[in-house]
Amino acid sequence: MQAAGNGRKVKVAVRNLTKKYGDLLVLDDISFDVRDGEFLCIVGPTGCGKTTFLNCLTRLIPLTAGEILIDGEPADPRRHNLAFVFQEPSAMPWLTVEQNVRFGLEIKRLPENEIRERVDRVIRLVGLSDFRHYYPRQLSASMVQRVVIARAFAVNPDLLLMDEPYGQLDIKLRYHLEDEVVRIWQELGTTVLFVTHNIEEAVYLAERILVLSQKPTKVKAEVHVDLPRPRNFADPEFVRIREEVTEMIKWW
Amino acid sequence: MAEGGDRMKPKITCESITKVFPMRGGGELTVLEDVSLTVAENEFLVILGPGRCGKTTLLNIIAGLQPPTRGRVLVDGAVVTGPHPDVGMVFQGIALFPWKTVLENVEMGPRLRGVPKRERREKAEYYIRLVGLQGFENAYPHQLSGGMKQRVGIARAYCNDPKVLLMDEPFGHLDAQTRYQMEQEVLRIWEQERRTVMFVTNNIEEAAYLADRIVLLSSCPARVKAEYRIDLPRPRNYTDPRFLEIRQEIAANTDLVL
Repeated sequence: MQAAGNGRKVKVAVRNLTKKYGDLLVLDDISFDVRDGEFLCIVGPTGCGKTTFLNCLTRLIPLTAGEILIDGEPADPRRHNLAFVFQEPSAMPWLTVEQNVRFGLEIKRLPENEIRERVDRVIRLVGLSDFRHYYPRQLSASMVQRVVIARAFAVNPDLLLMDEPYGQLDIKLRYHLEDEVVRIWQELGTTVLFVTHNIEEAVYLAERILVLSQKPTKVKAEVHVDLPRPRNFADPEFVRIREEVTEMIKWW
Repeated sequence: MAEGGDRMKPKITCESITKVFPMRGGGELTVLEDVSLTVAENEFLVILGPGRCGKTTLLNIIAGLQPPTRGRVLVDGAVVTGPHPDVGMVFQGIALFPWKTVLENVEMGPRLRGVPKRERREKAEYYIRLVGLQGFENAYPHQLSGGMKQRVGIARAYCNDPKVLLMDEPFGHLDAQTRYQMEQEVLRIWEQERRTVMFVTNNIEEAAYLADRIVLLSSCPARVKAEYRIDLPRPRNYTDPRFLEIRQEIAANTDLVL
């Protein structure tokens, strides 16, 4: 297991990211790099501005100061491929599983044979091959979330942002889906930025964890997780890292 | 530690509860099958089950909100035939009245039972303090965070003086950290008030943190699959090796519902 990011080029560079709403400083001069193909988790105390942070990264809202570079160029949603998986399942209800996954690829006007190849691959990776002609309402909530995850990976995004996609699922199912996302990430080499409140989940998934502070939000610490996969939540080293991160954000 | 739920007379007894719903276009869906269990007085019992099958229905049957297809429920030895004030419920969806203040929400039960204003105010204020919301008596639900709203739901349930408190995934919508905080809160309140609690969740960690005893249900139809007595001292530590071992043991025995 190589240490996270070593030897890989910088894919996303965040420089002095600052966001104010009026006089309220929410994001305070945040800088960090994400390496190509890295799995980076972001954790922070409740209400620390994680959503504002993500919305700035995708340029859904304007920055007050700072810049975000992808492959050295200013991030631009029209030029760069940014994919987003929200906490609430966001599959399009009027499209089948396959049509949902095709959607982004058709917008990008990829050739039909490439679309077909990619769609088949990601649908297989999330284990929904038998359900490709189903509509979201015919599926369980966790299956719909996997459709959304397949759709996000399918576009080969420069950066895949995941905002607590497994928030309310039971632990057994969560680990199953987390294993699945790790498998897809390993196979496709996507750069993933995964936001969660759940520190155990962060330690389970991440190569590196960024710990955010209370508002105004700064990067408080960076923790490397070099444990082999699949990881074991009862392993003493796993527990040690989990406790270390918990200590940093604990407010309850 | 083997005394189980029978160390005193049972507070709640479920005898072979089966619930079958008719399906649209014919056919039937069995969500509960032959579920029998007892809850001892002042016990903290957690009903743990994967997926979306049967848990809420079981609580609704105990609360008298729905009749079972077969079997019966006894609270203090009396058969449940309809809603009754001995049982208080905290809902997953919180279900506060949005046009009422915190105080008005909390005093709703005693008010409907005709308790004089002064008495019910006093009581409501006591429970508002107990859940840590003093200063928010006159706030409306939309002015509160998710965790605070669920505190109001808990205070409202206690304020009606139920003998039994049923909690249906009350922290399901909260983030992991707020959830830890609320779990500590609910234990603190339970230790102070000593009431029989039946708590439903799909979260194994939450179950192991809270429970005296866990009843594990299978996925659809729900049957009693296993029972675990958790004899770790409180407050429990989420990363204690024994705690993690219990979690793993339960997880290995839980159905995976995709």
